[in-house]
Formats: sequence, C-alpha cells, structure tokens
Amino acid sequence: MTIDYDAKMPETEDGTIVYNTDPLIVKSHYEIDYIHSYGQDSEFFRALGKKKIMGSKCKKCSYVYATPRGHCMFCGEETEWYQLPNEGKIHTFTTCYFGGQEFLSQTPFNIILVEFPGVDSLFMTRLIGADQEDIKVGMKVRARFRRNLKFNPTDVYFVPMRE
Amino acid sequence: MKNMGRDVYMISGGVTKFSKSVPESDFRVKTKMAFDYALKDINLDKNKIDGTVASYFADHFERQLMAGAMTQDYLGLNPKPGKRVEGGGATGGLALQTGIAEVASGRMNVCAVYGFETMSQVNTWKGNEFIALASDTNFDYPIGGFYTGYYAMLAVRHMHEFGTTPEQFAKVSVKNHGNALHNPYAQSPMKLTVEDVRNSPMVSYPLTRLDVCTMSDGAACAILADEKTAFELCKNPVKIKGIGSGTDTMRLADRPFGKVPLLPNEKESDYANLKYPGVHSFRAGRTAAVEAYRQAGITDPLEELDVIELHDAYTSSEVQTYEDLGLCKYGEGGPFVEEGKADLHGKIPVNPSGGLLASGHPVGATGIMQGVFVFWQLQHSIKKHFKDDTLQIKNAKTGLCHSHAGTGTYVTATIMEAVQ
Repeated sequence: MTIDYDAKMPETEDGTIVYNTDPLIVKSHYEIDYIHSYGQDSEFFRALGKKKIMGSKCKKCSYVYATPRGHCMFCGEETEWYQLPNEGKIHTFTTCYFGGQEFLSQTPFNIILVEFPGVDSLFMTRLIGADQEDIKVGMKVRARFRRNLKFNPTDVYFVPMRE
Repeated sequence: MKNMGRDVYMISGGVTKFSKSVPESDFRVKTKMAFDYALKDINLDKNKIDGTVASYFADHFERQLMAGAMTQDYLGLNPKPGKRVEGGGATGGLALQTGIAEVASGRMNVCAVYGFETMSQVNTWKGNEFIALASDTNFDYPIGGFYTGYYAMLAVRHMHEFGTTPEQFAKVSVKNHGNALHNPYAQSPMKLTVEDVRNSPMVSYPLTRLDVCTMSDGAACAILADEKTAFELCKNPVKIKGIGSGTDTMRLADRPFGKVPLLPNEKESDYANLKYPGVHSFRAGRTAAVEAYRQAGITDPLEELDVIELHDAYTSSEVQTYEDLGLCKYGEGGPFVEEGKADLHGKIPVNPSGGLLASGHPVGATGIMQGVFVFWQLQHSIKKHFKDDTLQIKNAKTGLCHSHAGTGTYVTATIMEAVQ
C-alpha cells in the first residue's frame, strides 16, 4: 500500500444542462423501474385476456364491487371474484384536453364511470368512439378488450352501444 | 362527547406570497420567511416553541425525502420534537389539526405548524402526473390519471343530479379571482366575467383553465398555544372552537350510494330521493362538518359562521363544499353562488382571500395559509397584513377553514372564534 499524494479525479465529458445561472437552475434526472405486484388483484388483470371483467362480491353481505377489492369495506369479510356484465351505462364522464405527462400525447380522451345492472359500485374506464358532445349520462356502453395485453386496466375499454 | 383536552388558541401566522415559480429560495428558506413573519408579529422568541408539525405533500416535488427534517434544522429548532403529517391536498389542514392536538393533549404549550411546496421543480404536466399518483395506481392512474379529469366527472354528475350549470361554477372563479385583487399574497388576482371563464381553454369538460387552480411555490406557518401561554404571548389570540375531519374511498368508483349524514338544521325527508354520496358529493367533507359543528356548538352554520376559507381547487368543488358544510341543502350550491350568497358582502363570505383558485395552491402550505387568513380575519388584522382592509369581514367572530384531499378522500374543517 502506498499513499498517492497527487491523487486526481479523472475528468469526464458528461455535463449538466443549465437553464439559468442566477439562481443556478439545472436539469436533475430521476427514473425508476418498480417490480410491482398486483397481489390480490392479479386475477382482474389476467381475466381481461379472456375478455372478462372481474369485480368482487362479499361472501357475507353480498355487496358487489365493480372495481375489485379483496375485502369488503362494510363488513370486513373476504370477497370472491364476480364476473361483471360486458354492458353498462355511463354514470358520469369527462373529456380531458390536458393531462399528466404520461397521457399528454393521448389527449383529448374520454374517461367514464360505468354502472352495471346488479352491481353496487362503479368502474372507471376509457370511452372511445364518441366525442365530448356525443356523450351523455345514462348512455349505454359495452366493453371491448385489447388482443395484446398491457396488463393494466386499459386492457378493457368501452364503446357506445347501438340503441 | 369526546374529551377535547385543553383549550387551544392560534397566536400568530405567516404566509409567503404564492407564485408559479420562486427559484430564488428553496423550501427551507420559504418556510423560514413565513415562520419569521409569524415570530415577528408577536415578538416571539423561537425558544418558546415546544415542538412542530411539518406539512408537505409530495417528496416528488421537493426532490428530497425528509424535507421536514431539513426544514426543522434550517429553522434552528433542533433538537425539539417535530414530525411530518401528509394527506394529499388536505395536508395543511391535517397538520394544523395535529398541532392543535399537540397543544390540547398538554404535550406542548406552543406548537409551530409549518408547510411548504415547491411545485415549480417540474413542469405543469409532470406536476399533474405526480398529483395523479395520489389516485389508485393499479386501477385509476393508468386510465389517464389526471385530477382535473376526476373532478370534472364529479362536476358532470352534480350537474346531472341537481341541474347545476358550468356558468354557476364559473361564478366561483369570478368571485375568488376578484377577491384576490385585494390580497397581496395571492398568485392570480384577476377581474373576470363568467364569459371569460367559459371561453378560456377547456382542460377537462366542463372545467376550463379558469375553473382550476394552478401550480405554486410557497410556504405558510401557524403558531398555536394553550390558553395561559396564548394570553402571555399574544394580545389578540383566536380560539380553536372545534376540529372535524373525515375520509372516503380512494377510488371514486367505490363511493357508496347511501344516506346523508345530517346536520342539525337538516331532516331525513330533505334527502328522501338522494343516493349519497355517489360521485356528486364529498362524504368526508360532510363528516368533517358534523364533527366540527358538534364541538363548536354550531346548529345553523349559515347564520353562525361569519367567514369561510375553503378548498376550491376547482370551482365545482367549492359549490359541492357549500353543501357539505350545510350552507345550503344538497343540490342548492349552484343557485347559492349564483345569487351572490358567497360573495365578499354576501350572506357568508367564502374565500375572501381568493381561495386556492386565486391565492395559489402550494399543497403543503395551502391548509395553513387558509388557517392564517381566517385567523387574521378574526383578529381584525387584515389591514395590517394585507395593507388594504377591503377584504376584512366586518364584525367577523366565527370562522371556518376547510382543507380537502384526493377526490374528497381526506377533508378537515377547523372552526375558530375571535376572543375580543
């Protein structure tokens, strides 16, 4: 072991993007890949590949959730999987002309909450095939599914139904 | 009745001017500006402070974990106790109530509650993405996560249930931006018409650019004390009369369709055909109001409250909140604002400061900012702090501040009363 009294950090050619010098404002990059588990909700995402939307039903009080949850919010009991109908009605809607960065390139897009017959809660999804002016509360809609799954909830989306 | 502990008073407050971007100082210095203003207003020695509560929403915005600890350090408050409280948009309201509980419990005689957010660290579209991460990231965010979109769906359902109009929502924007013309701390004072609001670019139908609050940088601070200490340190403290808070499901889709939790001035028959809360109303807001009114002994809020600062991140949510707070019945929020009842000189001035829409919404600072503005109203010190007494509500004795998170996922209501 020898001590190097002239030790020197190597110079590199990478640098920093500077937006402003007073105050000094620089670009600071950050990104992350998660190893994310859908846990108890996994079946919902798998079932979309079989063109099924799976909600859940409380084993004790029989409350039916359109968006699945492992345990009932009323009685705390475990739920079981419950297949939703592929047709429902628009409970409410919007058309987004602006959004978060991830979805900015997709604007304008429609988001709706769907109500299903015999189901106690709602389901949030995209509506395609209709412009803002055409969308109404109470309008009948039906589910369609991606052929190649992304394993996120956009594997199911809704379109208007012919009356 | 639950044990409320010791009586708690607010003794001072400070707010920085909220702006879209203030890069000259980081969150610690902004907080120090608000904190120092509060100290100076009553010549308080910081060594009198027993502990703190730090309020900020997103580590993402600060680009720093434990930003609260860094702020405690920068304010020179080490090694006194401190902790962070976080609950989305209601972070400030929750932090304020946590500070109240610290004093009420007898743990602290003087508690400083400080909050901040530096949202200009990212562009607006990235900020909207961060905020949308405060929706269920398995089921809601991937659909096109955008909070204005969620509130737009709430607004559309309110319109469907009750016949509310986008023009009625727009009246909130006109009122709040107009009030802010006299608030030197406000980010966006503007003289507007309903047409201006409706003609501004659509963000998410039916909400336009002027129906929605903006990203902000800013900080705020509130100082609380027990009764004995409050009157030793401050000539004109304001009493905390009641605190209430509530919660609701993270996902809008999971909201039940049940019965309205009634206020003393309501009857079950008022809502015989209303399925509640659905996605038209905020059950957490109503729950907060029920608890706060019970503590404060309020049975007719419209008659007994003199000033309200409420969480108007969207014009539509101000209308919805009138109803949650019982200023009018469910469904009557649109006419309530249209008839000028919430105006500066209306039946009950709501958001005389300009609210979030015009004052700005640096999330962790917001709920504390509202508390400070209500405190100054009840101290009758608006002229001193604003250098303009246009917004001072004459004879204001009882005030309420309301802080709100998510799609109504956490909501707080805090009631204060003038002593003098």
